[in-house]
Amino acid sequence: MSTTTTAHHEEHAEHPSGIMRWLTTTNHKDIGTMYLTFALIMFFVGGAMILAIRAELFQPGLQLVNPEFFNQLIGVHALIMIFAALMPAATGFANWMIPLQIGAPDMALPRLNNWGFWLLPPSAILLTLPFTLALFGIGDGALATGWTFYPPLSVQGGIGVDFAIFAVHLLGVSSVLGSINIIVTLYNMRAPGMTLMKMPLFCWGWLITAFLLVATIPVLAGAVTMLLTDRHFGTHFFDAAGGGDPVMFQHLFWFFGHPEVYILLLPVWGFIPQILETFSRKPMYGYKAQVYSFWAIGALSVVVWAHHFFTSGMPVPALLYFMYSTMAISLPLAVMFFCWIKTMWKGSMSFETPMLFTVGWIILFGIGGLTGLVLADVAADAQYHNSYFVVAHFHYTLFAGGIMGIMAGVYFWLPKMTGHMYNEKLGKLHFWLTAISFNLTFIPQFFLGLAGMPRRIPDYALQFAEFNMISSVAAFALGLSQLLFVYNIVTCVKGGKKATDQVWEGAHGLEWTLPSPPPYHSFSEQPTVK
Amino acid sequence: MATHSNNQYYVPHGSIYPSIISVGLLSLASGFIFSVATDKSAELAYLHTPGKWMMIFGALLILSMVFKWMGSVISESVTGKFKSWEDKSFRIGMIVFICSEIAFFAAFFGALFYMRVISVPDLAAYAPDITPYKDFLGTWPSAGPGGLVLGTEYKPGHMEPMAAWGLPAINTALLLSSGATITWAHWGLIKNNRKQLVIGMALTVALGIAFLICQGFEYHEAYTEMGLTLGSGAYGASFFMLTGFHGFHVLLGTLMLIVITLRCIKGHFTPEHHFGFEGVAWYWHFVDVVWLGLFIFVYWL
Repeated sequence: MSTTTTAHHEEHAEHPSGIMRWLTTTNHKDIGTMYLTFALIMFFVGGAMILAIRAELFQPGLQLVNPEFFNQLIGVHALIMIFAALMPAATGFANWMIPLQIGAPDMALPRLNNWGFWLLPPSAILLTLPFTLALFGIGDGALATGWTFYPPLSVQGGIGVDFAIFAVHLLGVSSVLGSINIIVTLYNMRAPGMTLMKMPLFCWGWLITAFLLVATIPVLAGAVTMLLTDRHFGTHFFDAAGGGDPVMFQHLFWFFGHPEVYILLLPVWGFIPQILETFSRKPMYGYKAQVYSFWAIGALSVVVWAHHFFTSGMPVPALLYFMYSTMAISLPLAVMFFCWIKTMWKGSMSFETPMLFTVGWIILFGIGGLTGLVLADVAADAQYHNSYFVVAHFHYTLFAGGIMGIMAGVYFWLPKMTGHMYNEKLGKLHFWLTAISFNLTFIPQFFLGLAGMPRRIPDYALQFAEFNMISSVAAFALGLSQLLFVYNIVTCVKGGKKATDQVWEGAHGLEWTLPSPPPYHSFSEQPTVK
Repeated sequence: MATHSNNQYYVPHGSIYPSIISVGLLSLASGFIFSVATDKSAELAYLHTPGKWMMIFGALLILSMVFKWMGSVISESVTGKFKSWEDKSFRIGMIVFICSEIAFFAAFFGALFYMRVISVPDLAAYAPDITPYKDFLGTWPSAGPGGLVLGTEYKPGHMEPMAAWGLPAINTALLLSSGATITWAHWGLIKNNRKQLVIGMALTVALGIAFLICQGFEYHEAYTEMGLTLGSGAYGASFFMLTGFHGFHVLLGTLMLIVITLRCIKGHFTPEHHFGFEGVAWYWHFVDVVWLGLFIFVYWL
């Protein structure tokens, strides 16, 4: 990808090739590429796990996997998809695009950036090693608590829980390092003339994301540390006998866990409007309104955490507070939906793959948001809590809202990164297969949840059989369609029609002024922004 | 930012240290897990010794790499690679890093407040005819009402809480005066008075070490005479985890201060250019402020 290397600093005159290039690199594009590749690989690892689960749920009764293994797969699937697929993908885009978008020579802290990435493979090993160890008779597999680590189950569990605790620690360090780097870059590396309110919206999304990560990831680290000392050093943080409380873990965990949702979504909300304005060929509507919405959502997200466990027991005034504050988040979100639609309104629209994914994203993410409003209602939540309705809801926000958003970003920026156009026909086919099979997978799960099927259970009553069968078949279709995605990316990296510098007719911004692919050192001389 | 448009931002060489540190962390973490695996299943006891060796290997790898990494940063600094633009990056980065540390301590303070205000009083507030904790008063400090913990009986033993106006007050005085001495040293640096700088730094290091020794005595007394241990329920857990993590930060801060003192003696810092000094000073003040929070909420109130 760096065939047009132009070395400006004498210390960059040579960079090592082969594996050493990737191990030692301080270049933001190399690191971004590693993040994106890692995310893609882990997306398939996590996906394979959930396909095993869907295969088990194809019919009622226990056929393929035993219940313990089923529980382990569910927890590790979630941890991998959140921490090892979606977050690294967003960080990969940040590394690639933020310096290009703000006219910087590189990220501000390049060696730290390298460490941020190289913490990820060890964490992935820690997450999946217990499965391998169990094959050799060491321990009983990965954590079987679901990704939320709730005590007392997580205090009782075997070494899988310890491995997951340390995996989360390393992933947390990686995220905090990445956030420090992004905050510093955005405050200190902008080109002359680019004020904060002239930054591309993607940079704003990531700035708020980084603030949220710095504020909440250490709290998760503290919570799992308490879990570790409860497990091995005799503390009683989560045990009533010593004056502690298992529900306290839920408070600590979701103080991180709820902002985490916005950590996953804010980068996507950042570049979606950029894609919309490009393919609507008119300027983004309501840039300022969207920036202020980001701030509002960031601030609200850290004060609503207890809506994840309304049924765990808390005083009625607390229930009411968390219900109303949660619903208040829909106001800034509604502002953003309005801006997205108004950006397209009367635009001269065309539907290349990134735009298809974006428009589909708006609809599907809208369903995710609206079903969230249902769950935020305390009275209704007592019915829906821990049912498949919740599973369907958060897959609409995190698969449609997160991963399909990332896919839109991949198709949008891939020509810039590689210098080649991807195969448009395959891209469109990938979109339609993904959108259709995604809906076929998760719409039945809404009905299953409303009818009372609980999540995280390997067996179910007979009346749920048809919907589960549809969901399982569609899930395999969804998984297989992603092979098209990989094929399209690989062929695009290897060759294809040359991309122009601007790539898309309606594209604006500094990143489109550079050649495709950009030179190894993006902006050695900072451009001036008027 | 217009002022920076003429100079070039320093992008360092590729570096192998970060990825080796990650290997060290992997070894340290999995070694730790193996060494304590016997807690949960006795048949894994054979993992204890290999686990310990993995931990030692990982820790040594990390330490040596941190040593080399910091060494290369110092040599870049003294050869003038970092100008005002890079300096500003380090400053913002350090501030954000300290914010993340505050969030980490907030988790443990949050746990302390939650247990003290919510869970301990709640355990004493059940209706008398249904409560399993009949004689439990729910006052703070509390080691909990006792009961079964994962199948084994937990009975809170006799425990004395740590009084504020003994050793902890002395520790407060030690840390607060170390904050003053490091500021005095900074004034010396700005006035280009090397002697004042080095004396101030040496005093700060000495105060930090004195604090750690006092805390060692305090822990020893807690375990041997007061019956206060990590396993002393809500009070013991929050006391030792909060003061323990703080003490660990004081230890790290003292090590950093020692390195900075040596660099002061070598004359690495100029009145205009001394982020290394200031970064560590900020960290030291942060540790100081956390201690004030501890003194008020853990010892005093």
